[in-house]
Amino acid sequence: MNRVRLGAAVGAGKGAGLATRLLRRGGGTALPGLVAERVHPQLVRDLGRSLGGGRVLITGTNGKTTTSRIVAEVLAGAGRPFIHNREGSNLMRGIASTLLARASLSGRIAGAATMVGLFETDEATLPPAARALAPTALAFTNLFRDQLDRYGEVDTVAALWRRALEVAPRDATLILNADDPSVAEMAQGWDGPVHWFGLDDEAFATAGGGAYDARWCGCGGDYAYERRYFAHVGWWRCTRCARKREEPQTSASAVDLGLEGASFEVAGLGRVGMPLTGLYNVYNALAAIGVCRSLGLSDEAIVAGLARVKAAFGRQEVVELEGRTLRLLLAKNPAGANQVLLLLRTIAAKDGGASLNVALLLNDRFADGRDVSWIWDVDHELIAGQVARCWLGGDRAEDLAVRVKYAGWPVPGAVAHEPARVVDAILAGTAPGDQVFVVPTYTAMLDLRAELARRGAVSGAMD
Amino acid sequence: MELRVAHLYPDVMNIYGDRGNVIALRYRCEARDIRFHLGQVNIGNPFNPAEFDLVLIGGGQDREQRRIAGDLVGRGPAIREAIGHGLPALAVCGGFQLFGHRYVDHDGSIIPGIGVFDLETRHPGPVADRCIGDVVLETELGEVVGFENHGGRTYLALDQAPFGRVRRGFGNNAVDGFEGARHNNAIGTYLHGSLLPKNPRLADELILAALRRRYGPEVDLAPLDDTPERAANQNAAAIAIRRSRRATG
Repeated sequence: MNRVRLGAAVGAGKGAGLATRLLRRGGGTALPGLVAERVHPQLVRDLGRSLGGGRVLITGTNGKTTTSRIVAEVLAGAGRPFIHNREGSNLMRGIASTLLARASLSGRIAGAATMVGLFETDEATLPPAARALAPTALAFTNLFRDQLDRYGEVDTVAALWRRALEVAPRDATLILNADDPSVAEMAQGWDGPVHWFGLDDEAFATAGGGAYDARWCGCGGDYAYERRYFAHVGWWRCTRCARKREEPQTSASAVDLGLEGASFEVAGLGRVGMPLTGLYNVYNALAAIGVCRSLGLSDEAIVAGLARVKAAFGRQEVVELEGRTLRLLLAKNPAGANQVLLLLRTIAAKDGGASLNVALLLNDRFADGRDVSWIWDVDHELIAGQVARCWLGGDRAEDLAVRVKYAGWPVPGAVAHEPARVVDAILAGTAPGDQVFVVPTYTAMLDLRAELARRGAVSGAMD
Repeated sequence: MELRVAHLYPDVMNIYGDRGNVIALRYRCEARDIRFHLGQVNIGNPFNPAEFDLVLIGGGQDREQRRIAGDLVGRGPAIREAIGHGLPALAVCGGFQLFGHRYVDHDGSIIPGIGVFDLETRHPGPVADRCIGDVVLETELGEVVGFENHGGRTYLALDQAPFGRVRRGFGNNAVDGFEGARHNNAIGTYLHGSLLPKNPRLADELILAALRRRYGPEVDLAPLDDTPERAANQNAAAIAIRRSRRATG
């Protein structure tokens, strides 16, 4: 009976996926999942729990996609069978779609007994995902303010995560960012194994500044920092109770950030390199290493996987257009944007002077968050002296114009909604051989990619 | 000349880009060679309103709001008295709520405010929708644009003036068409984050009121080139008119 109904759900869902693709409406990733969820609400549970090689949920404000991709790269290189909701939807229906795509009409996934399920999971989707999938590992990258009109306050997200841990199997491994006190809080009351990851590199310590999204410990005490890397991330301790940063099992030191990639030392792995850069990607790599270690993957496979990883959609993607090199750096919230600006500052410091060409693109559609006030939590001042030329685009380009004016950037070469006009202005203001850093929100990135594709631009890092 | 701004609880009450208001005030002063002095007042810090020309307070999460409420209440009489004597102030979102008499949560628990404004805020319960979206207001200072995101519904006493009338958006309680509150030179509003950058006239009115109070009524402000600010204002208004609801009341 159950098997019959599951088969019917799989069939209906697959049919919807085929129909969607035939109709060319979107990538056909969410609708089949949605249909199958309706027909059989237990679909994710039944298919998901059949995955015997481990079920991993990866969540956090920033870095979910990149962390998941690194783990996938390592799994692929190690020859471990796995499924991964790579196509983008990290909600329940996206997870359902992913499972469905691999299921036969009898409602089984071939080889499920040894297969790893790797699921990038939206912050708010974590409780239903944990309930359905009975994860063997849960990784938390970080917790920052993000699209408050969609997700609510940071405290609300933390409460959702705690609810997910209440329903997760007690022997699941938590992979936690030791340097983020909000993430570290997830270990409180957790009796199962915890794998900590963190950064040990004094060169990246800062005096701090900007908006902190974790100020107090659960006990009410203030956090104090021996070393602060950015926002509320660093070597913290509570000034009232005994809580403090745990010594991580996976720790990076001697970090070197370049334009094309980063390298760092990890105890047990030696010096590792990857073609992703920015301190935030070092953290993503550490989270991924923690997940891989919890899955029992070999050191060699981890090092080889890191070296092979490619940038995700719009994240450090390189596009060649009429001799210019456009580097796309997705930034969806203040923490992400500040990390990108810090990276640009590091790059500019190597070149010296006002050397940066920067395009910022801001949309306020549903997937971006309707509220654009977050740009005032971004420290555009960080690179004010290094920006040679800038262009501002997206539905809210005018808001960016005021932001960068007050930050002391040069007068923009364009303030325009239409991607075509922004790209025209970039071409007019640069010469072949020039490099332009493009920092878009999510839908602005999609619009820009469509425009670049229309012009026949070649991407150096594609899906 | 010099503008001395007291920013209350800047580390805590800053949830929606509220420091944009500080950045705008600083820019608009320094562009006119007015010295900008920022005093940050955190929990337990000494604070004498007589030493400042303008007071700012932003919004916070519930936990944060509860945390500062006790400290703020202790400062209430001094702030009320200074505002009674014309001290300009801008209280945004959670700060606006705490500048009223009280915040009544849906479980009946009360966070006391300091009663600068004759109003109270009640939370209608966890199932009620939050008031989220782009806003256009009509105020004594012209059209004001911004973004609101609040669960609490604020109700003004009969003789409490609002900051503005809602043209697009929800306003204080989604029913009566009022937004914010105004008393002397103090303004309370739900429009958060980038309020002053996008509303340069409002920013200048606050600066001017502060400087005239300190230096005399003959003080005036040199005009600035506000082309980008006006463009941002008009774009935000167009978006609000396209997608936010028409006001009731």
